[in-house]
Amino acid sequence: MNAGTDSEIERTIRENHPALIAYITAGDPSLEETREYVEALDRGGADLIELGLPFSEPIAEGPTIQAAINRSLEAGTTPGAFFDLVAGLETEAPLLVMTYYNMILQHGPDADPEPFVSRAAEAGLAGIIVPDLPAEESGPLRKACEAHGLDLVFIVAPTTDDERLDSIMERTAGFAYVQARLGTTGARADVSGATHDSLARLDEYPIPKAVGFGVSEGDHAAEIVSAGADGVIVGSALVDLIAESEDPVAALESKARELKAGAERGVPEPEQP
Amino acid sequence: MSEGEFEGYGGRHVPEPLFEPLATLAAAYDEVGDSEAFQTELRGYLEDFAGRPTPLYHAANLSERYGAEIYLKREDLLHGGAHKINNCLGQALLAKRAGRERLIAETGAGQHGVATAMVGALLGLETEIYMGEKDVARQEMNVFRMRLMGADVTEVTRGGAGLADAVDAALEDFAENVDSTHYLVGSVVGPDPFPRMVRDFQSVIGREAREQFRERVGELPDAAVACVGGGSNAIGLFHAFRDDPVDFYGAEGGGEGSESDRHAAPLARGEDGTIHGMRTRVIDDDVEVHSVSAGLDYPGVGPEHAMFRAVGRCEYTGVTDEAALAAFRELAETEGIIPALESSHAVARAIELAEEGAHDTILVNLSGRGDKDMATAAEKFSFQ
Repeated sequence: MNAGTDSEIERTIRENHPALIAYITAGDPSLEETREYVEALDRGGADLIELGLPFSEPIAEGPTIQAAINRSLEAGTTPGAFFDLVAGLETEAPLLVMTYYNMILQHGPDADPEPFVSRAAEAGLAGIIVPDLPAEESGPLRKACEAHGLDLVFIVAPTTDDERLDSIMERTAGFAYVQARLGTTGARADVSGATHDSLARLDEYPIPKAVGFGVSEGDHAAEIVSAGADGVIVGSALVDLIAESEDPVAALESKARELKAGAERGVPEPEQP
Repeated sequence: MSEGEFEGYGGRHVPEPLFEPLATLAAAYDEVGDSEAFQTELRGYLEDFAGRPTPLYHAANLSERYGAEIYLKREDLLHGGAHKINNCLGQALLAKRAGRERLIAETGAGQHGVATAMVGALLGLETEIYMGEKDVARQEMNVFRMRLMGADVTEVTRGGAGLADAVDAALEDFAENVDSTHYLVGSVVGPDPFPRMVRDFQSVIGREAREQFRERVGELPDAAVACVGGGSNAIGLFHAFRDDPVDFYGAEGGGEGSESDRHAAPLARGEDGTIHGMRTRVIDDDVEVHSVSAGLDYPGVGPEHAMFRAVGRCEYTGVTDEAALAAFRELAETEGIIPALESSHAVARAIELAEEGAHDTILVNLSGRGDKDMATAAEKFSFQ
């Protein structure tokens, strides 16, 4: 199914199923270090890498990512320098940028999203994720992404109602980003159960589903995949390693390896004929 | 065009988990907001608890000095010392009717937190105020006021431990507790329905002023002037006059000048963008958000103002820190009224208009009193 897709991201997820999707904030603590971290994640087995392009006014980010964004802004990360970094990266994993809509609108004149997308394509990015852009208002950005061959990935949440679910799933490209729990604080609910509930209503849509759940260990990744996810998205745990580890490069590579192995363990055994 | 949009500005630019909670709130507001029972209850509290109607005051000394008749709408005389209470009462009553047991709000300088704590105590709603650790330290007295009225003040230590981080913490709380909790937004900013809901609750300012003007002066003012941070007192004043031949002037925080790189004037000088859940005007990337007044120190603005600017209904200019401080002192000396530093921006703009001879009668929204600004004022002025 969908073997002939034009999407590099979708193809990557299918060929490397179950996929590991790694997020870090670009420029945390500097763009030069981000280059090393991306290469480490790539070596460790991340199949897709999301890079956060920091915005000074993010909303509803957890404390960990918020702190990373602040470190990056303090280091003076700009879109121009970010794109230069991306253009120079040679990774096996396709790269996506995750940023707020204001960064995209203000990149060119007259609040036109096209110049940002054009520059992203030129730098070799494969996709864009914009947490504060509802599907309903995404027309101009989607058009620009289609023109430049980039995937615009949308997020679905447990609170998304059925009607909007349809419109989001119709529009998302590459994969559907399934946020399996609401906030970032509070007790962790049962990973497998919540993932299962989130995925159950997406069954009818053929596009791959990747699940974000604030996971930090290989065993969590295994649970998410065993509940039916095509990919596991990991962010905060990697950002924590960057902030706390004495050797982030080695720590990121080994964490990616652990998570990828965990995801693979979660694949259900084929039933015996 | 989706509900809540103002000629392309507005909308719900929020992370997906927040979309449905906001839609639910909008539906609750649409159902209850206009009902006679709700409006009667709100009117009762506005009169007996908040102190409405507020006077329309003819500033005769100031008028004589500058050659135009200047009138002040005295929102500074409300309970709490500012227009904030109009909105807090409206939202808290709405929350109570919708069966919510709990109010949350974020606050920077503490004014909105105090107003939320007041209505929480009044209506018996559990109240939690998120405030950046740095602001808690700077605004000790406001934190004390909130706690005195029974609110929990939660210090936010994440990120930069400031207002933006407090907003984040409050949004997370809202997303997780949407069934029990109302997020009481303090201005005409953020995602739909907040800009139109807060506008509706603040519109009482202009409705009263319009009626008072007709009775007292016999005709409408030539111009209406208000300061604009998020823009709730300005929209509140303007809304009732929007179809009248009354010119609108918005005074933004001009900081060191709206051509400088330190100001808070996205309408006078900014660009279209998205921020805090809305599509609106945003200050340029390379500008540092700054105003001498904490209430105007904001990088975006309510989307209805962005619309007013786009269609030419209102003229927005940045009033510098220096001009606002001069007006602050001048109103104190000429009229015996100490305005909030925010409102001083509107007074400064009105004086400028009077000097230009542009209008014969000018209505100014005196949105708050200056007691909270004494420390700042004492740094700027000395009496030897």
